[in-house]
Amino acid sequence: MTKPRTLYEKIWDAHVVERKDDGTCLIYIDRHLVHEVTSPQAFEGLRMAGRKVRRPDLTLAVPDHNLPTTARVDAQGKRIPIADAEGAEQLAALERNVAEFGVPYIGPTDEKQGIVHVIGPEQGFTLPGTTMVCGDSHTAAHGALGAIAFGIGTSEVEHVLATQTLLLKQSKTMEVRVEGTLGFGVTPKDVVLEIIGRTGTAGGTGHVIEYRGSTFRDMSIEGRLTVANMAIEGGARSGLFAPDEKTFAYLKGRPMAPKGAEWDAAVAWWKSLVTDEGAVFDKSLFIDAADIAPNVTWGTSPEDVVSITGSVPDPESFSDASKRAAAEKALEYMGLTKGQRMQDVSVEHIFIGSCTNSRIEDLRAAASVIEGRHIAGSIKQALVVPGSGLVKRQAEAEGLDRIFTEAGFEWREPGCSACLGMNPDKVPSGERCASTSNRNFMGRQGPGARTHLVSPVMAAAAAVTGHLADVRELMSR
Amino acid sequence: MDKVSIVEGGAYPLGVKNVDTDMIIAAKWLKTISRVGLGKGAFEAMRQDPANVFDDPAHAGSPILIAGDNFGCGSSREHAAWALNDMGVKAVIAPSFSDIFSGNAFKNGILTVVLPQEAIDRLMDVAKTDPIHIDLDAQSVTTPFQDRFSFEIDPFRKTCLMGGLDEIGLTLAEADRIGAYEAKVKADRPWVSAAVA
Repeated sequence: MTKPRTLYEKIWDAHVVERKDDGTCLIYIDRHLVHEVTSPQAFEGLRMAGRKVRRPDLTLAVPDHNLPTTARVDAQGKRIPIADAEGAEQLAALERNVAEFGVPYIGPTDEKQGIVHVIGPEQGFTLPGTTMVCGDSHTAAHGALGAIAFGIGTSEVEHVLATQTLLLKQSKTMEVRVEGTLGFGVTPKDVVLEIIGRTGTAGGTGHVIEYRGSTFRDMSIEGRLTVANMAIEGGARSGLFAPDEKTFAYLKGRPMAPKGAEWDAAVAWWKSLVTDEGAVFDKSLFIDAADIAPNVTWGTSPEDVVSITGSVPDPESFSDASKRAAAEKALEYMGLTKGQRMQDVSVEHIFIGSCTNSRIEDLRAAASVIEGRHIAGSIKQALVVPGSGLVKRQAEAEGLDRIFTEAGFEWREPGCSACLGMNPDKVPSGERCASTSNRNFMGRQGPGARTHLVSPVMAAAAAVTGHLADVRELMSR
Repeated sequence: MDKVSIVEGGAYPLGVKNVDTDMIIAAKWLKTISRVGLGKGAFEAMRQDPANVFDDPAHAGSPILIAGDNFGCGSSREHAAWALNDMGVKAVIAPSFSDIFSGNAFKNGILTVVLPQEAIDRLMDVAKTDPIHIDLDAQSVTTPFQDRFSFEIDPFRKTCLMGGLDEIGLTLAEADRIGAYEAKVKADRPWVSAAVA
């Protein structure tokens, strides 16, 4: 009998081109997403060495990080250039590179344009049992569909463009099991924040996570995308869900998904992609779903998680000296005091968007809280940035855009927006944002910006109350 | 890649844990299409503090950086490694590194030396006044005071660093194997062999 294998090991084994004596493997990469920020130096490297892109047909490029989220075309339908000279040059470089190397491209005015990690699944570019990379750490998101997906640096982008492979060492495996039904008002975002709060930001380093248990089996694909997206925030380069009937139903009919007899053959193989009975994980974490409440972050690391009913911790409560020092620094940066109730923290900015929480289910959930209400008078700016043009169109067809705009939100064009402070959407220094994004690092949303990571419904609750608030008090059961 | 064997000189005693890639190089610096020139944006927010180690004349221009756990966590931006390179940092010593950062550092010939916290504490002390010596071949970190700490490194990475090897060139030499793999996948799992028609 063959040794029982985990899901990760099965997909890994199917992609080994060559195993070297020291255990390093040459791994084939099935899908490669490319964006404007981490690719120019890679294409330049190819050009200098006279190399080609080996498999443009397995590559898909789309700009998302530095694109402004304001109108992209004028009244005459003409494309509006990016005002920022460096941003414009980076986009121009991407457009030159995809043309020169023959890489398929979705441009800024194409309705299919969006955040790489939203359009991959949406187009059926992401498939179960594949290996997938992108020069962006949130590539982990695609693991929601059962792909080994991970972020790479620009040198690796160049390596994949030239060879369609990467030299890798197999990771260790970590099981994160959550069992039970999520409580009222508790969302996939709260689940992943809970996980990171418990493991810490380095808890998954060197590991690939597999999310198991009934909570994840019952979770929608979009919810799973939110969870896998933040695997990297716990240090794991990838997070995986075993593909199931929900995965197949989500993918069927997507433009780049297999069709006809190939679809049937694909599904038959995908069904074999489960962790075998008796397979061993190197590490395990168990969480009871009943223990998870709506969560918020209080500090400047995604591991700084507390329930919305909780308070800012006392740095002295941490046993580790370096964590104590980090917490003191974080409170100073965040302008918070120990013992302060999280619900008493007022915010001036709301950001609903990012590759973590900008899909249709996220927008529906936020809109359900917003409907019939208005943002608080103290809110200076509230943004809703759909993850793709198709998400935007769907939301508009459902009237969600009107719910948001009538409540005082700005309804924007798709892109990474205020998640990372490299396009015009930023939070001013010293001001505070309830954000559905993935990182609360110092300066992440702009120099001096203070970020509290929350779910879409919690961002909505903060918007209408003007402070971090327990959304359960605003929702009807 | 240039060959790497010895890194010797002063060290920035930073010591901070969870130094994320946004701290190393903020997003506003990522709008470049070049690998060089990012040193001026490195650790920008930290350098607002007049007492920062980077602008301390005792450490300016040091080739080594000493940090706490989980150095380089966060984003995959290779700009973090390019920024370190551009400011002249050739080695980072820490108790642990994020996976993506250590890969990016390696591709740029920057050593990521993992040592236990006790060794880090000692080196932080030494770095206040004296140089540190890293020998990749011997896999050791030494000081003028007879301290000697051994570190582990992946043998493949060590070979590449010491030989200054072009990894893409090495892989392209395997083109036949890659082609054979592609032919097998086309037969076994035809649905993955073409994404974009």
